[in-house]
Amino acid sequence: MIERTPILNAVTHTVLFLGFLVAVLPFVVVAVAASHDLFHVNLVPMPLLPGGHFWENMTEAWTRADLGHKLLNSLIFAGGVAAGKVFVSAITAYAIVFFRFPGRQAIFWAIFVTLMLPLEVRIVPTYAVAANVLGPYQTILDVTGLTDLIAWISGIRLDLQFGLLNSYTGLILPLVATATGTFLYRQFFLTIPDELVEAAKMDGAGPIRFFVDILWPLSRNNVAALATIMFLWAWNQYLWPLLVTTDPTHATAVTELKQLIPNVGGVPEWNIAMAGTLIVMLPTLLVVVVMQRWFVRGLISTEK
Amino acid sequence: MEKRATFGHWWIGIAFAIPQIILIFTFFYWPAGQAVYWSMTLQQPWGGGNIWVGLDNFRQILTDPLYWNSVVRSFVFALFSTLLAMGIGLVLAVFVDRELAGSKVYRVVMIWPYGIAAPALALAFRFMLAPEAGLLAFVNRLWPGLWDPGLDGTDAMIAVIVAFSWKYVGYNFVFFLSALQGIPKSLTEAAALDGAGWIRRLRDIQLPMLTPTVFFLLVIDITESFQDSFGIVDIMTSGGPARATELMVYKIYFDGFRGLDYSGAAAQSIILMILIVALTVLQFRFIERRVHYK
Amino acid sequence: MADISIRKVAKSYGKTSVVEALDLDIHSGEFIVVLGPSGCGKSTLLRMIAGLEEISAGDIAIDGTIVNRLEPRERGCAMVFQNYALYPHMSVADNMGYALKVAGVAKAERLARIGRVAETLGLTALLDRRPAQLSGGQRQRVAMGRAMIREPKVFLFDEPLSNLDAKLRVQMRIEIRKLHNRLSATSIFVTHDQVEAMTLADRIVVMNAGKVEQIGTPLEIWHRPASRFVAGFVGMPPMNLLEATVETDTRVRLADGTPIDTPPLALRPGTPVVIGIRAEDVRVGAAVNDPGLVLAVDFVEQLGAAALVHGRFGGHDFVVTAPAALAEGAPEGLALGIDPPALHLFDAATGRRLATVNDAAALARPAVLAPTA
Repeated sequence: MIERTPILNAVTHTVLFLGFLVAVLPFVVVAVAASHDLFHVNLVPMPLLPGGHFWENMTEAWTRADLGHKLLNSLIFAGGVAAGKVFVSAITAYAIVFFRFPGRQAIFWAIFVTLMLPLEVRIVPTYAVAANVLGPYQTILDVTGLTDLIAWISGIRLDLQFGLLNSYTGLILPLVATATGTFLYRQFFLTIPDELVEAAKMDGAGPIRFFVDILWPLSRNNVAALATIMFLWAWNQYLWPLLVTTDPTHATAVTELKQLIPNVGGVPEWNIAMAGTLIVMLPTLLVVVVMQRWFVRGLISTEK
Repeated sequence: MEKRATFGHWWIGIAFAIPQIILIFTFFYWPAGQAVYWSMTLQQPWGGGNIWVGLDNFRQILTDPLYWNSVVRSFVFALFSTLLAMGIGLVLAVFVDRELAGSKVYRVVMIWPYGIAAPALALAFRFMLAPEAGLLAFVNRLWPGLWDPGLDGTDAMIAVIVAFSWKYVGYNFVFFLSALQGIPKSLTEAAALDGAGWIRRLRDIQLPMLTPTVFFLLVIDITESFQDSFGIVDIMTSGGPARATELMVYKIYFDGFRGLDYSGAAAQSIILMILIVALTVLQFRFIERRVHYK
Repeated sequence: MADISIRKVAKSYGKTSVVEALDLDIHSGEFIVVLGPSGCGKSTLLRMIAGLEEISAGDIAIDGTIVNRLEPRERGCAMVFQNYALYPHMSVADNMGYALKVAGVAKAERLARIGRVAETLGLTALLDRRPAQLSGGQRQRVAMGRAMIREPKVFLFDEPLSNLDAKLRVQMRIEIRKLHNRLSATSIFVTHDQVEAMTLADRIVVMNAGKVEQIGTPLEIWHRPASRFVAGFVGMPPMNLLEATVETDTRVRLADGTPIDTPPLALRPGTPVVIGIRAEDVRVGAAVNDPGLVLAVDFVEQLGAAALVHGRFGGHDFVVTAPAALAEGAPEGLALGIDPPALHLFDAATGRRLATVNDAAALARPAVLAPTA
């Protein structure tokens, strides 16, 4: 469309450039601050050109917060959650879309309702479940009298105990269920033509073969989008790892940042704090940059 | 929508659904039920008996000015961070949608902040907005004591709102831009032929068609402001100074895990849960409406 | 090679009946075309034979074995789908070989068989491509290859040509028939296109509203349509059908009073009937001032070799085939000649064919007559 709008164009460029500045400023400040020594980082106004202590600060933050180990934990945690979510939601959606069984609708709605139960609102009891993941089942057995029955028959009193605190399982498992992912797959599976299923049947493929050979490869785009989003989501989790990992061997990089906050009245080592921040934000930033397409696509398709 | 071609082996279907069923039962429904139960009992931390007290816990919370403080703070936080994130996101999306030179770059960069963990960006903002170092400290050189999130409640609230909004501008931007690009070109072209200039077209055609997106983002932003704010508050202010930034989730965490008041924390959780359910239902109301637009 | 026997097979969804108590015997090696308008149940019938759809009643037997409860892969049928249903993420070779892979055929043999089928279909150069990189005709071939590779007892075609353009459709039609002649497996081909039915079939099954209207060779269907529906459905342009009343043993009278001579009838005078005559079976000539049969012409569709002349006759819309020259210059009227042996008569109430016509005569198609001066 031919439109002569010089003023509007100037305004557009100005506003967008300001937006760009605001978006990248914190990244720049963090990187610059991470490159100065203690004196320069605390200058007012802060120097906007990088200094020469970058690697020194990075090494210090790395060792002080044990970030190598913590980043590995984060990777296992976020990778585990993402893989778990992608897989569990895919097979659930497969069951809901491609099979007819009693209670199918009920399962769908049960998953749907979990959208309204974010971790933050059930945090205390979820923590209790993580402390003994078999607790709910023990309670059910107790209340229904089955514990007594089993004790009477076998002479063994059941006491189901399986704690997940301070373990990767405890970090990952409670976060694997996902309504969003299930809907994403459901939406996609519904677009698969019926004839494809029928062709596979004629070719002799049963339900498991169809899933492995046809449906899963066809879902690659969805897998990429969902995995990207869920990886970022999990990496950035804070409250849950903070609670479940009281023992630093399983703590994640994000929770470990707290160790780097300068104490009020203490030495204001912002250069070290910013170096740590940079290390923690770099992996996700990298994922966003590399997976931009999938990330945005995934975000938008979760809307439906 | 239903499929015509399905598999007859229904037991395999159930087997595929079972992992998720077990997960949501163990980690969603059981804890949610537990929260309801705890909220109606006086719970001793780590077992050891409980007493049924009915709605006493709720009565206690709802008469507690500290609880109401957290509710008010949460809503102030939700209101301003949503306004900021949506407003800026919308303006940027509208301008990027003009597709002038460089718009591809903006489109890529604007989403970066959304990938950053709340605690990490909180630490960055804590530094940038610190009273004695960073970017804003110079105002204290000119007017000593004007800015101090560590001592002044309002300053602290502004700081957490700015940090949270910075992360969510990109998120809102992505949705607005995708909605804008979803408007058929022929529509704006027709309006241009009718003699409408850019601002007119924006006001008469594009913005009205964004209403569904606005409602969707409104609900998401508010819900996220209840949830994702925890890391920001914990790192930047720890709820202070003097509870000025003690948001609802932070209070639940604090009462539950620091104060070991399970019953009180559970009752607060239930109230928050009701709030989120109400918001979600609202959202689906609007999504229903959207279907009728088409 | 397999014969298929269908006994009282029915399909209904709840109260909606799609196929009603259908009987059909298909001989080994036969090419059967199931012809009918959309929604007549023809695809459902095919899908029931394939095992994609459960049958509500009756029995389907392939080679004497009742297959009602067997899964598709246990029936030995292969199917070509209307939209081809190729696996988008697999190469042409993998698409064709998938059934063999599922069946656990060793890779070397699989490749050999893929190679053979690809050569037959001229797909050898395309084996590494994805379906999205193929043209419509090529996809169609891959779908055929996928069916052929298993060397099935029965080929099922579900309107496989309807997504192709007109030229390709003709070409593929010929190829399918050639392949059938060579493989001589039993084939069932579902279509709504009468030309495909006429050209491909050993026998045509005409279906309407879940019921079989007629089973017969293409010529039987053409010359002795068993019902008013078949008469109207098969033929381009459709057969002219006129309501009439029996007057004498050899004459009926149309709604507007025009008398028409018929072959000997055994019907009581006053019985309502429907008479049918194909456009090309009507003799036409230039209009004369003769009170004979006259078509009031509305418009002419020139086809080059001949022309279709549309008009009104006997109170009905009526169409005849006329030599191109006669139709030129948009005549207002044409003289019509209707020979009794060319007439088809149907019961006005049931729509079934009335067997009073001299069918032997009807089989001998009257020559196109020169226009009378």
